[in-house]
Amino acid sequence: MAADPATGSATRGGTGWRELVAPLLLPSWLVIGIFLVVPVALMATYSFLTKDFRGGIVWQFSLDAYDQFFLDRGLFGDEPPQPNWNYIAIFWRSIWQAGLATLLCLVIGFPTAWFIATRNPRHRALWIFLITVPYWVNLLIRTVSMRFLLRDQGPFNEALLALGLVDSPLRIINTDVAVQIGLFYSYLPFMVLPIYAAVERYDFSLSEAARDLYAGPWTTLRVIVLPAVKPGIVAGCILVFVPSLGAFLAPDLLGGARTYMIGSLIDEQFRGSAGNWPFGSAAAMILLTMVLAVLLWHARSAGREQR
Amino acid sequence: MDMYSNIRRYRGFGVLTALCLTVLYVPLIVVAVYSFNASRSITAWGGFSFEWYVDVFIGQEAPIFRAAAWNSISIAFLAASAATVIAVAAAVAMTRGGAFRGRQASFAVISLPLMVPEIVIAVATLIFFTTIGVRTGYGTILIAHITFCIPFAYLPISARLQGIEESYELAARDLYATRWQAFRLILLPLLMPGVISGWLLAFIISLDDFIITNFVKGAGMETLPTAIFGSVKQGIKPNIMAISTLMLVFSAVFVTLSYLINRIGQKAR
Repeated sequence: MAADPATGSATRGGTGWRELVAPLLLPSWLVIGIFLVVPVALMATYSFLTKDFRGGIVWQFSLDAYDQFFLDRGLFGDEPPQPNWNYIAIFWRSIWQAGLATLLCLVIGFPTAWFIATRNPRHRALWIFLITVPYWVNLLIRTVSMRFLLRDQGPFNEALLALGLVDSPLRIINTDVAVQIGLFYSYLPFMVLPIYAAVERYDFSLSEAARDLYAGPWTTLRVIVLPAVKPGIVAGCILVFVPSLGAFLAPDLLGGARTYMIGSLIDEQFRGSAGNWPFGSAAAMILLTMVLAVLLWHARSAGREQR
Repeated sequence: MDMYSNIRRYRGFGVLTALCLTVLYVPLIVVAVYSFNASRSITAWGGFSFEWYVDVFIGQEAPIFRAAAWNSISIAFLAASAATVIAVAAAVAMTRGGAFRGRQASFAVISLPLMVPEIVIAVATLIFFTTIGVRTGYGTILIAHITFCIPFAYLPISARLQGIEESYELAARDLYATRWQAFRLILLPLLMPGVISGWLLAFIISLDDFIITNFVKGAGMETLPTAIFGSVKQGIKPNIMAISTLMLVFSAVFVTLSYLINRIGQKAR
């Protein structure tokens, strides 16, 4: 066997994995293809089918689901179509709740990530460990804990009453505020971790140079640091925004009927005989389109910056 | 030197870090404390007691929770193991396969479960199983879990694999090891910390899942999160706080384990 001049190895095929690429990737393609790609395609099909009155579907093409989502044709469906604000309002609430949660996570998460990344290298792993533990704890349990804490007679209100800060318990549960707190709390670690990774790689001599040239600390942060760690910030924002948009547990356990978000709206369509599978599929399709648009925008802008 | 520490320090960042950790931990600590409350009411403190922990194991709802815990753990074990095997194969192809056609598409497919919102996966999977006429239950939960666990197992494994030089395997191959021997005796032991991290992450992600499981579990089938959710809908009872605390401790042990394995892996490199 002659030595390959490129690798200096006697085995021509290097490690010998190249000709096995297809069989090695086949299991992931098959599993994800059959149990995720096909189901999503099927869901897209369902969104164009007719609803069966018992909560199932009839295999007949129809645009009813999307029509019901965007247009209001009156109780009997014979009035001239008006824009239907009910569902659009639910989507709009999801968008601003997710956006606000992202902003709050950024405001708390960036300083935290910065603080940890500027600690003694030997202690950083421990700080990051502290941030990761809650991420590993079951999200349902975390949300239930928050509900327990914020109840009308819960420990948070008891503490406020005992401190004399309020005269009567604050009504937090079942409001948009509770849902917001829940989203912020659920996804906060997702903001800290990527920003931390970016700050850790940041070259602090840049800050030093800026300060030498008489830039104030906050100007340095804004003009030098933020652009340098922007990829970490954008990644963190996406990791918070995307799951918040389709969140189910926080709005369901902390909110009420008036704080509906997309997740609860979709869930409701598949519960029992009152459901509407085509409509639920259409709402899920709209959510999926929004999420993929965000991810695609991110992939393209990240690709452009690399070039 | 003073100048040097100055550029790293911003006024108020320490306070915000403290706030961040407070927000993350206070709800968990409060529930853990109240799980030891002797009082039946969940509001007033009635002294320290293990009553609710005993209740979890031998109380009225104990059989439900025991069955749910068994389902959760066995599904997580099987799903994590299957996902890890699939992920190792994929990671080897992606990092050792050179520049092949469809590499980017393969990466997109593997990360797809991370990009599609959970509620969408849940709905789509339910529709899929209903359409092909499969009864939802243990099997459908397991299949769904294997699918969404693949990227979680893949990420730590491929990260580790990227850090292992090809020269070890090349040396083994030069000495007439078969491809399989080179993998089993050289690559796999070097890859082990990544495999374990990937498995642990997949295990905890499977154990954590509520939304997808809730859609594909079928009637009468419960995992711990769905059983807890069902119970919480009728109000938070003290035994739920005890279960929550047990799961909390379980998760904390798991993270510590994965953290230590990662550290050992980094030292060995």
